[in-house]
Amino acid sequence: MMILSGNPPRGKLLTGLVVLVVGLLALAPFLFPGSKPLNVAAKICVYALLVASYDLLLGYAGIVSFAHTMFYGVGAYGVAIALHALGASWFAVFAGLGAALAVAGALALLIGLFSLRVQTIFFAMVTLAVASAFAVLASQLSWLTGGEDGRTFSVPQALRPGFQLIDSGAFGGAANGRTLAYYLVFGVAAVLFLALLRIVESPFGRVLQAIRENPFRAEALGYRIVVHRTAANVLAALFAACAGALNALWLRYTGPDTTLSFSIMLDILVMVVIGGMGTLYGAIVGAAVFVLAQNYLQALMGVAFGAINKAGLPLVAGFLNPDRWLLWLGVLFILSVYFFPTGVVGRLRADPKP
Amino acid sequence: MSVSLETRDLTIRFGGHVAVDRVSCVFRPGELTAIVGPNGAGKTTYFNLISGQLRASSGQVLLDGADITAESAPLRARRGLGRAFQLTNLFPNLTVAENVRLAVQSARGVHYNILRPWMLRRDLIERADQILVDVALEQKRAHPAAALPHGDQRKLEVALLIALEPRVFMFDEPTAGMSVDEAPVVLDLIARLKKDTSKIIMLVEHKMDVVRSLADRIIVLTNGACVADGEPATVIASPAVQEAYLGIAPKHGAPS
Ligand SMILES: Nc1ncnc2c1ncn2[C@@H]1O[C@H](COP(=O)(O)OP(=O)(O)OP(=O)(O)O)[C@@H](O)[C@H]1O
Ligand SMILES: [Mg+2]
Repeated sequence: MMILSGNPPRGKLLTGLVVLVVGLLALAPFLFPGSKPLNVAAKICVYALLVASYDLLLGYAGIVSFAHTMFYGVGAYGVAIALHALGASWFAVFAGLGAALAVAGALALLIGLFSLRVQTIFFAMVTLAVASAFAVLASQLSWLTGGEDGRTFSVPQALRPGFQLIDSGAFGGAANGRTLAYYLVFGVAAVLFLALLRIVESPFGRVLQAIRENPFRAEALGYRIVVHRTAANVLAALFAACAGALNALWLRYTGPDTTLSFSIMLDILVMVVIGGMGTLYGAIVGAAVFVLAQNYLQALMGVAFGAINKAGLPLVAGFLNPDRWLLWLGVLFILSVYFFPTGVVGRLRADPKP
Repeated sequence: MSVSLETRDLTIRFGGHVAVDRVSCVFRPGELTAIVGPNGAGKTTYFNLISGQLRASSGQVLLDGADITAESAPLRARRGLGRAFQLTNLFPNLTVAENVRLAVQSARGVHYNILRPWMLRRDLIERADQILVDVALEQKRAHPAAALPHGDQRKLEVALLIALEPRVFMFDEPTAGMSVDEAPVVLDLIARLKKDTSKIIMLVEHKMDVVRSLADRIIVLTNGACVADGEPATVIASPAVQEAYLGIAPKHGAPS
């Protein structure tokens, strides 16, 4: 249990759900051949990590930040720019990641020290302003970032679709570079998720919770809340940057729409709320539910639409028009908040901890 | 090293209202000082100035001879100024055990460790459990603090201060609102703390029988000013106390 830092999902249903999702993700290349399902699986991995790192801030430290996509973007652009400029090599990947981590950490430190002293609402405003400015900057510096078009680049040989690990044919052809790339995403996301779990279950993580619960009392016990909040902000930024780097490696492309856009920030918030705040496991559940809905709800509705149309119920069918999928995603969200105010995980995990 | 604490002309104004008015006092180790006075006299505010929740308008707080008037509350806590609050002030959604462990953790200087899982820190867990036994809350260790009845929350409030292992203990009406069978647990604990003569203990308390049985010295505050300071017997007999307790705030029980 120590790999989970003494914080298993708890509760049969929740454990089952988490094991199911992680199991399906672990075997995705073999269970769901084809590029779309693998894309979906990779996106779930990346988002689970991204949302978990956001949960460290929101759910554990009680800090609302709108700059999470910025740090995600820093990671993605770091890898993209390095691979674009230095050519496809592992050295470029690590150089880009290293630079991105340095930038993300420094930015998070500055924002934190500057604005976490006062009310956390002020911090939320500052992150909103800085993130917007950063998005504009990224699209303006087109010589560096590729502007609105973003950067397309090649990844190291071993991660390319053409690369064959073993003679083609073995594993039904699944042992190619794309599979390797997927397992890189899955493996790194899993390890970093466990690291986040370790952080929230550490003495430091408990202090974050204490500060969220009652900052005044935490100070009276000798905890310097600015230092703790800033440290949480920096850690969350570093993990978000790693998620961004994974996303870039998987997509072989980085642009404003895939990393910096405010709609991704909203997606993160939705996933945190669906999964359940302050649980970390909520990130896995939330990301899986959200990404699956995002990718398959429209198709599902298309099927239902066709069937009902044939049955001669045009009015009902109108509601299920695939173009309305976003509306239904919204309805789904409202229902989930209504029935699971503490998120799916909060609901399934009823028993108190010792 | 034994501790020394002093306030010099300590004053705070809220607008035109002087809540603490030039209070000068020296507190000695091994001495339990009761601070009494009518409602609104400034007792809690005086504590807030010493432990750093409020900043003085003028005057000084000296700990071990060093001027700490401008220091933040967490730094003062780390220097050994420990505080329990009159209005219960806990981590409501954390369990009773977690509340106490957070204080133990700070006492042991474990502020930033992010690598070692909390549940492997047997030292912290055992110390916290021992304190929970002391305040008779061990049965409720897994309950969220917010779910406790009032008396138990008061006990937990005291447990946090004891777990912090400060050099200066500041209790602000620790037994207020407790039932007659709950209060002795807390009072016994305070009496036990007195045995360690290297500590300073300050106790705001309205119940005169409690004050008489525990205090080595009594300070009387009225309208923010210190109007009497000395041996319990002398102070209780003084006109200031007679007036404060018989004239202004009879509801808390007059000295007999
Ligand atoms: N933050 C504040 N802003 C304005 N006035 C305050 C503040 N804190 C305390 N006061 C005022 O200072 C005075 C002293 O309050 P304090 O709480 O210290 O009294 P107390 O002696 O602890 O009373 P009690 O026995 O009721 O606890 C009161 O008149 C109170 O209204
Ligand atoms: Mg008071």
